[in-house]
Amino acid sequence: MSVTTTATATTRERSAVARAVRDALAVTGRNLIAYRRVPQLLVFSTIQPVIFVLMFRYVFGGAIDTSPIPYVDYLMPGIFVQTVVFGAIATAIGLASDMKSGLMERFRSLPMARSAVLAGRTLADLTRNVFVVILMVVVGLAVGFRVHTDLLGLIGGVIVLLLFGYAMSWIFATVGLAVGDPETAQAAAFPVLAPLVFASSLFVPVESMPGWLQPWAENQPVSVTANAVRYLVLGEAGGDASDVWQALAWCVAILLVFAPIAVRRYRRAV
Amino acid sequence: MDETAIEVEGLTKLFGDVVALEDVGFSVPTRSVFGLLGPNGAGKTTAIRILATVLKPDDGRALVLGRDVTREPDDVRRQIGLAGQFAAVDPNLTGRENLRLIGKLTQMETPAIMPRATELLARFDLADAADRPVRTYSGGMRRRLDVAAALVPHPPVLFLDEPTTGLDLHSRNALWAMIRELVDEGTTVLLTTQYLEEADRLAERVAVIDHGHVIANDAPSVLKAQLGSTVAELGFEDEASSERARELLVGRYPGADREGDTVRLSTNDGAHILIDVLRTLDGVGMSPSRLGVHEPSLDDVFLALTGRKAEAEGSAEEPVAATAGRRRRRGAA
Repeated sequence: MSVTTTATATTRERSAVARAVRDALAVTGRNLIAYRRVPQLLVFSTIQPVIFVLMFRYVFGGAIDTSPIPYVDYLMPGIFVQTVVFGAIATAIGLASDMKSGLMERFRSLPMARSAVLAGRTLADLTRNVFVVILMVVVGLAVGFRVHTDLLGLIGGVIVLLLFGYAMSWIFATVGLAVGDPETAQAAAFPVLAPLVFASSLFVPVESMPGWLQPWAENQPVSVTANAVRYLVLGEAGGDASDVWQALAWCVAILLVFAPIAVRRYRRAV
Repeated sequence: MDETAIEVEGLTKLFGDVVALEDVGFSVPTRSVFGLLGPNGAGKTTAIRILATVLKPDDGRALVLGRDVTREPDDVRRQIGLAGQFAAVDPNLTGRENLRLIGKLTQMETPAIMPRATELLARFDLADAADRPVRTYSGGMRRRLDVAAALVPHPPVLFLDEPTTGLDLHSRNALWAMIRELVDEGTTVLLTTQYLEEADRLAERVAVIDHGHVIANDAPSVLKAQLGSTVAELGFEDEASSERARELLVGRYPGADREGDTVRLSTNDGAHILIDVLRTLDGVGMSPSRLGVHEPSLDDVFLALTGRKAEAEGSAEEPVAATAGRRRRRGAA
């Protein structure tokens, strides 16, 4: 009767794929509006890496030997990776906030694609990373960082960074859905990230670390990704071509493991 | 017409060892308001969340406009609007952007979305604030936007989880009027509330829920008639005097009930009850140390219902729909 026809009159049947894409873009747009409207979110996620750049470039850098490449060229790829890794915390905070506010509950009661909330969150964070990485490249150029290869190498490096950031977003999507509270998500992130970010080749060469730490620091995904970016922007002196393939393999592996876990978590969340 | 919009049978939900709902059943005719009345933690929200496909039941069946919430959740989602206890709107979006997002995600035709958003913003008195981020809204404005968001795709069935909790009197009355209007336009509304008055004003039928069980299912007027329109509470110095007072009064007020040092009575006689009670007590040289009269509240409903529970042992086990007009009880707890 008329009651049910009003509901269908203004809605439209779409194919599953069309709906998934449309819904994911709608949620992405919504998340990007938040970044635009609350610029603190962006500012804080760039201030910290800028401080690291200044600190390592001008304070600790002189004591770190990375010859034959200048320390600033060694450092910046590490800073780029650090930026996208810490940036992934935003995925956890965003999803946890949506759970806490009840918005997630509303989404789950809507006839929208089940994939849209997670896809929209991670795509928004990927878009944000594009801006943050470009900004950090500019900061790097300002403090003396130079690309030794060519523009193509730089673009390749940026793509590896964005892919790795996207994979990390899915790890933190799982964290955010598991804790369900933005403050806890923030607090839970640091202990997860500290061994990845600091016991790595991001800021100092692994050879300078104690022997027992080296196997971890050399092979864990954050170091591998930094080495891959170094190879792409600095050439053979910075790393090895195999690092690029290893980094890509890490991205794929992380996505294969964490995307299904996050999706399952989402289905049970609220 | 007595079409059924919502049909619930044997609904059971456990959270670990905690029974949130057990064998809950009720049915809601289209174009009516049905109230789920109960204290915090009674299971009202759990019932709404199951009906809104947010939560899966462990047992039992729930149909919304003939669609099963567990087997055809997507079909159910196309027919419903949900406004929760906590205003589930995005604080960083404007009111208009929030409604547009819901329009997109409910698969509305793009050209239909903006006019609908504008219409709802005007209707909920949010036109002036439409393009301000929601984090600048007051609590009442957020709540109104939350209800507006639930209405974007013209859902024929609307779930409202404690819609007026935390609202001031003016906003509450406005929301009540809005709900009546929606029902006149053909919407079926299922709402939860802790307030007997709210259920009385809005709902044609009310199911009283206690610890996950439906302990009454009736028209609010019937529930209230059982209670009496006025409740008096008399406090005494000690339990011995309160028990003595209860014995004195129970002859005239059969519902007289004692809890600690307090005696509760209900009547349809209005405040006249006070004169009568004081006279009776004064006749034996007693007087209460505290004294109050109020309209029956949820507490009184519970007292009345659980008080009668013991007498009504072993009553019918039929589904609620068949026992319309009567109280439903479970045989075994």
